[in-house]
Amino acid sequence: MQLFTPREVWRFVLAGSVAGTLIAVGIAQAVPAAQTASATIDNFTFNPARLTVKTGTTVTWKNQDDIPHTVASSTRLFKSKALDTDDSFSFTFSEPGTYEYFCSLHPHMAGSIVVEP
Amino acid sequence: MPGRAPNGKTNQMNRRKVLECMTWAGTGVLWTVAGGIPRSLGIIDEAHAAQPDKLAFLQISDSHIGFDKPANPNVIGTLQEAIAKVKSLPAQPSFAIHTGDITHLSKPAEFDDAQRVISTLGMNVHYVPGEHDLLDEDAKLYREHYGKGSQGEGWYSFDANGVHFIGLVNVVNLKAGGLGNLGDEQLNWLADDLKGKSAETPMVVFAHIPLWTVYDKWGWGTDDGARAIELLKRFGSVTVLNGHIHQVMQKVEGHVAFHTAMATAFPQPAPGSAPSPGPMKVADDKLRSLLGITEVSVVPGQQRLAIVDKPLQG
Repeated sequence: MQLFTPREVWRFVLAGSVAGTLIAVGIAQAVPAAQTASATIDNFTFNPARLTVKTGTTVTWKNQDDIPHTVASSTRLFKSKALDTDDSFSFTFSEPGTYEYFCSLHPHMAGSIVVEP
Repeated sequence: MPGRAPNGKTNQMNRRKVLECMTWAGTGVLWTVAGGIPRSLGIIDEAHAAQPDKLAFLQISDSHIGFDKPANPNVIGTLQEAIAKVKSLPAQPSFAIHTGDITHLSKPAEFDDAQRVISTLGMNVHYVPGEHDLLDEDAKLYREHYGKGSQGEGWYSFDANGVHFIGLVNVVNLKAGGLGNLGDEQLNWLADDLKGKSAETPMVVFAHIPLWTVYDKWGWGTDDGARAIELLKRFGSVTVLNGHIHQVMQKVEGHVAFHTAMATAFPQPAPGSAPSPGPMKVADDKLRSLLGITEVSVVPGQQRLAIVDKPLQG
């Protein structure tokens, strides 16, 4: 729900006559807030295999298998250490794009993160 | 056992041999291959007796020291049982190979425990790493423990009783969507290593992940394994020994016999029979029939090596 355009918000700010909560709403529209998303590793599969998030989202993977896995970017942008059962790994995606990744121990395991503007 | 059924008709088997054959027939996982035809232990034993320069060696695989999940919470115990099984053999193998996944998470204590237990075998052990042995930063610990005298990521060769042994590493630089990987550097080294070797030299190649494709959906194969086999095709006897899949699989293709060993840690499901290749929980009283070791005998004059899988129990 957008009550004001950024320009309108600025008008309020300049006027110095608006409640703080409304300013916060306006700023949230202009600068994406920190967001999180999660994925799991079960049965040698990344779940979901394709995850769509907004720019700036921190994605956390949790390994729920009895066997260690890694989360490794195909372009080497990120790579976790070996994640034992219940270990997690997080990475923040600050640029839009599609990021392919795999498990460097079991490379038939593949997934992708789609980062939207 | 064609022509050599343990009925005493075709040769003069003593009682002990008859019992051994019967044991083999009863377990289903024990077999030998000689000249491409399954043969009975009796024949192999006789061949051994006639050939004093025979060589027998042991294959251990996938001990996963550090694993503690329900599929087997006591992997040190089952490794010790495997070693006791070796000790109980009537003739001790000359040495052992370990086809990787010595540890579960490459932790210092896991390498130390593995070393402590395996040293009780009292024989030389030649290792290749599994993917579980290279998980520490820079994969230092495996190299410190077992990398001495090896090339690249840990490959090497040696000779014993006229047999050429080649230990390969196919668990590093794995590509997204791919299988095991040897890489150009290692394949070039292999080509060099084989130069000048007579085609009569029996070849034993060992690596962690199967060099042939067992099941690609679970990554059970090696992308450039066929290139290694191509380099070996001029040799009259090639035996490829692998681990990784925690179960016995075999294939014979021309001069090349492929074989995978049981783990000492936990069984894994047959290809495609479960949602994933993860550890398979079985009834406690069944576990030891799915774990074990492999004994390999080189019988001079026989193209095929005698490969005998020995479960811990049964």
